[in-house]
Amino acid sequence: MLDEGDLAALWITLRLAGLTVVILLLLGTPLAWWLSRTQRRFKAVVEAVVALPLVLPPTVLGFYLLVALGPNGPVGGLMMTLGGEPLAFTFAGLVIGSVFYSLPFVVQPLQGAFAAIGRRPMEVAATLGASPLDRFFTVAVPLARPGFLTAVVLGFAHTVGEFGVVLMIGGNIPGETQVLSIAIYDHVEALEYGHAHWLAGGLLLLSFLLLLAVYVLNRRFKVA
Amino acid sequence: MTIEARFLIERGDFTLDADFIVPAQGISAIFGASGCGKTTLLRAIAGLEQPARGYLKIAGEVWQDGERFLPPHQRPLGYVFQEASLFPHLSVLGNLKYGYKRLPPEARRVDFDQAVTLLGIDPLLARRPQGLSGGERQRVAIARALLTSPRLLLMDEPLAALDRQSKREILPFLERLHEELSIPVLYVSHAPDEVARLADQLVLLEQGRVRASGPIGEMLTRVDLPLAHGDEAEAVVEARVAEHDDTFHLTHLEFPGGRFTVARKDLPLGQPVRLRLLARDVSLSLERQEGTSILNIFPAKVETLADENPAQLMVRLDAGGVPILSRITRKSATILALEPGKSVYVQVKTVALLG
Repeated sequence: MLDEGDLAALWITLRLAGLTVVILLLLGTPLAWWLSRTQRRFKAVVEAVVALPLVLPPTVLGFYLLVALGPNGPVGGLMMTLGGEPLAFTFAGLVIGSVFYSLPFVVQPLQGAFAAIGRRPMEVAATLGASPLDRFFTVAVPLARPGFLTAVVLGFAHTVGEFGVVLMIGGNIPGETQVLSIAIYDHVEALEYGHAHWLAGGLLLLSFLLLLAVYVLNRRFKVA
Repeated sequence: MTIEARFLIERGDFTLDADFIVPAQGISAIFGASGCGKTTLLRAIAGLEQPARGYLKIAGEVWQDGERFLPPHQRPLGYVFQEASLFPHLSVLGNLKYGYKRLPPEARRVDFDQAVTLLGIDPLLARRPQGLSGGERQRVAIARALLTSPRLLLMDEPLAALDRQSKREILPFLERLHEELSIPVLYVSHAPDEVARLADQLVLLEQGRVRASGPIGEMLTRVDLPLAHGDEAEAVVEARVAEHDDTFHLTHLEFPGGRFTVARKDLPLGQPVRLRLLARDVSLSLERQEGTSILNIFPAKVETLADENPAQLMVRLDAGGVPILSRITRKSATILALEPGKSVYVQVKTVALLG
C-alpha cells in the first residue's frame, strides 16, 4: 500500500498540477486569444515558442530552467539580490518549470477553440451593445467551453505525468519536491514493485478517467 | 432628419468610395450586384470595418468623422446579418435579452412583448437556436436587433440565405415593422423584387461607388440608370383602396394619376397599397381607346425616351406626377410621333399588388 512518502508525493503532485493549471489559464487565455485573432507575422514566432516543449526533451527544458533559476542564473540571482532564495530545488521552481512544460497543452486547445468561433458572434455581440471585455466573457468563453475543458484536463494530466523537468529542477527532495512519477522511479530502483504497482496503476486509472471525462463532456457540449 | 454617410475603404484591388444622403425614415435599400461593396458599406456604418475613413451622421448625431470613431458597441444601431447568427449557447429568450438587458431601462423604446408579438416568436422563446427553421431564426435575429431600441436598423440581405417559403414567411413581418415602428432601416439587397416591395428610398451602388440615390419610384424609372432597362423594368406606384365593386367583384385603387381597377382584394378602404407596373405591360395610344378590354387607362405626358435595343425604346411618362415606364417598339414611337412633352394615354395590361 501507500506509505507516508507516497502520500506526500501524491499531495505535492496534485498541488503542483492544480496550481500550474490555474496559472496557465490566467496566462494562456489572453495569449491564446491574441494568437487566434492576430495576423501579425510575429505570431508564428510566438506559436513556435509555445510549441517548443512538445518537441524538446524535457531534460533540455529542465536544464535551462535549472541554470536560470539557480543561484548563478538570472532569475535565481535576482531572487538572491532581493533577499530571497534561489528557485531551483523548491516547489516554486517546480511550478515555474511545469508552467513552461505544459504551456502548449493549454494554449493550443484554447487557440483552436477561439479560432473556431470566428468573428461573427463577436461582431453580433458588439452590435448588441457589449463592450470588448463583456463580449469576451459572455460569448467567446462560453462558446470555447470545450476548449477550456480540454485545456484544463490536458494541462493537469500532463503536469502530473512529467518527469524530466521536475527531476532536473526539483531535485527529488521527499516531502518537498518529490512528485509521483519520480517516487515510482525510486520504488523501482529499490525493487519495491508492490509500491510501484500501486502508484503506477493509480496514475494510469486517473489519466484514463480524466481523458474519458474530456471526451464525454465535449460530446455533450457539441449538442448543447 | 437624414442619414449621411461617406466612406473610403481600400482593400487590395477593391475600393469602396461611397457617399450618400437619405431621409432617416422608412426603408432605404442599398442595391447593387454581388461584390459591389454593399456589405462592406453596411459594416462600415456599423463600425465593424477598420480602418475605414469616413463620416457618418445619423439624424443629427455624428457617429464618425476625422477625429471621432464610435466603436460598434456604442453605436445605437441594430444589425441583422445574412445568416441569423444567433448565439448557440443561449436560448431564444437569452438571445433576445442579450442586447435588451445591456440597455438602461430608460433607453428602452421598443417594448419586449411588442417585438416578440410583432415577429410572432412567442412560442419559440424557450427553444434553442439549433432547433429552429431558417425563417424562425431570422425572425429571432430581427427581434433581437430591434430590442436594442436602435436609432438605425441595418439589414444585410436578411432573406438571401432563405428558401422561398421562409422568404414569404418573413416579408410580411418586415412590412409590419415598417408600418408599426418608426426606425429607419438600411436594407442591403441584390434582389429587385424585394427592393420594389419594401424600399422607400434606393441607393444604387456600382463597383464601390454610389451611382445615384433617391425615392424608389423615381430611381426605378430613371432611364439613365440600368434599373429602368431590361425585361423586368418596372414602376412602383403608391395607391390607396378607394372603393369595392361587389357587382363585378373588383377593387378600385386611387393614385394621383387616376384610378386602377383590379380583381377584388379584401382590404379596408383607405389602406395604402403598393403597385408594380412592368414596362412591358404598359402600352401607349394617342387617344383614349374605346372598345378595349383594358380597364386601366390614364392620361400621361411623355418625359424621356431612351434606347433599349435596336427594336425597342423605353419611355418614361408622368401620370399626375407619378413616373411610369412603357417599353414600346421604335416603329410605334415613330408612328405616334412621340417626343418629350407629348400627351398620351397609357394602357396598363396587368398590375400587381406588392405585399
